[in-house]
Amino acid sequence: MNLRQRLVPYWLLGPGLLWLVVFFVVPMYFMGELALRSGSLTTGYTFSWEWANFPDSLSGHTEQILRSFFYAGAATVLALLIAYPLAYAIAFRAGRFRLLLLFAVIAPFFTTYLIRTLAWKTILSDSSPLVGVLQTLQLVPEDGRVLATSGAVIAGLTYNFLPFMILPLYANLERLDLRLIEAAKDLYSSSRQAFLRVTLPLTMPGIIAGVLLTFIPAFGDYINAQLLGGTQQAMVGNVIQSLYLNQRDYPEAAALSFLMMALILVVVSLYIRFAGTGAFMGDEDEARG
Amino acid sequence: MAAPARAWAWLRRNALPLYAGLAVAYMLIPIVVIAVFSFGATPKGKLTFGLDHGFTTEYWTSAFSLPELNDALLTSIQLAALSTAIATVLGTLLALALVRHRFHGRRAANLLIVIPMATPEGVIGAALLSMFIYSSVALGFSTLLIAHVMFSISFVVVVVRSRLIGFDRHLEEAAADLGATPLTTFRTVTLPLLAPGVVAAALLAFALSIDDFVISNFNSGTTVTFPLYVYGASLRGVPVQVNALATMLFVASVIGIVLVLWQQRRAERMATRLDPVPAT
Repeated sequence: MNLRQRLVPYWLLGPGLLWLVVFFVVPMYFMGELALRSGSLTTGYTFSWEWANFPDSLSGHTEQILRSFFYAGAATVLALLIAYPLAYAIAFRAGRFRLLLLFAVIAPFFTTYLIRTLAWKTILSDSSPLVGVLQTLQLVPEDGRVLATSGAVIAGLTYNFLPFMILPLYANLERLDLRLIEAAKDLYSSSRQAFLRVTLPLTMPGIIAGVLLTFIPAFGDYINAQLLGGTQQAMVGNVIQSLYLNQRDYPEAAALSFLMMALILVVVSLYIRFAGTGAFMGDEDEARG
Repeated sequence: MAAPARAWAWLRRNALPLYAGLAVAYMLIPIVVIAVFSFGATPKGKLTFGLDHGFTTEYWTSAFSLPELNDALLTSIQLAALSTAIATVLGTLLALALVRHRFHGRRAANLLIVIPMATPEGVIGAALLSMFIYSSVALGFSTLLIAHVMFSISFVVVVVRSRLIGFDRHLEEAAADLGATPLTTFRTVTLPLLAPGVVAAALLAFALSIDDFVISNFNSGTTVTFPLYVYGASLRGVPVQVNALATMLFVASVIGIVLVLWQQRRAERMATRLDPVPAT
């Protein structure tokens, strides 16, 4: 290959990677720089290697950080419990309705995120018949509400990120070799054993991808807490947004988002170590690259 | 067998489809609610629960009568169109490089494309804002455009790449054998075969852009997009026209998707009809 041909990939990569470097990597650097400044909004913030911003940003918001772990964790578990049987049914039992069901699963994406969360706000509002039913069943106290509780926020998170759980699970289940399950049954395993010892382990990559794709955005989300929660349901995303845009305490806001990014980088790189970047891109060749 | 026992047996047999049906219903509830309540009359024209005030098509006929909402929609559409065009070109080139070429720094390039998809939107928005604050760039349409292209590129790469992987390279070799220059081959063979993937990627980028709230909220300045308008309105009471517009957008996207699927199926059918070389 001559030099001109060898340069072709770099010409193709150049513009796109440049955009990602300048508008994704470089901003991360500036966020780090901002996190090391000190001062106040009135005097301005100056760079001073203020490492204390990092522990301060954590200790000032432990409550919201722990709550984010709990809400995102609960929403992820619920989404898995809803998505696995659904993905299984679509992959093996849907017949000619398969495409229609898959379409129904991604249909929420065609309504604006904010508008569908507002729709949940209406559905869970005090005057809604659903809440009346829950009250009659004593699942919610007579005079209790659903809106502005942890339950409402978790329900909203579960709903909004459910397709991110269903799609990787479906992609995984659809490729499952059904002969393996038959083989297990031929060897006298019960349906339950076949599921636990064949199906479940083989769909573990889909489960892990789904869990990551649900947990990460749910952890950083603040719309659900803002619209469906009250003052007692703020998550770490709400804190970052309000520090940046309302209080304009840039160093603390930057420190907190920087730590969140670091946490996610650790999780993602652990995942990539096990599964390769291809798993994120739906590419088998790259899966162990 | 007693009736309850029979009912129980039926329930056990059909547990999976029933459960799946309930889950699908759950997915669709808010969409139904949005559509239904766009027809519900309310005293102040603001969204409330219940259809006690009767049925009306008022909000559909007056869907485009709120100037602020119209401006926001127009801004969103312009932003989505521009960012989709740029992101689709950049992302397609990236996908071509990643699938077609072996080069140094492949893993790093892959990582740089994957990580933005795994980053919470709030962090992306905050980091960009940090840079814009530092460089004193005025926030507005241009900063929104930068942000939207940035978060769309990775998704375009993923979609186009999956199409490229199942691509028959013999077709290009055949074109080259028949004397086509690389550019002609690209234009007449590669691009038409790649088109469905590129169209799907562009649709996804458009949807992501028009739906984005979090990153836009950090970098919009005084520019108002459709989601930003809805958010502002949610603090004072959402005009019912928003529901009518959301329903229109939903129906339009469904029609768009169905057309693309139908077109792809037709193309595949034509391809299979042409494919088998008649034995002579």
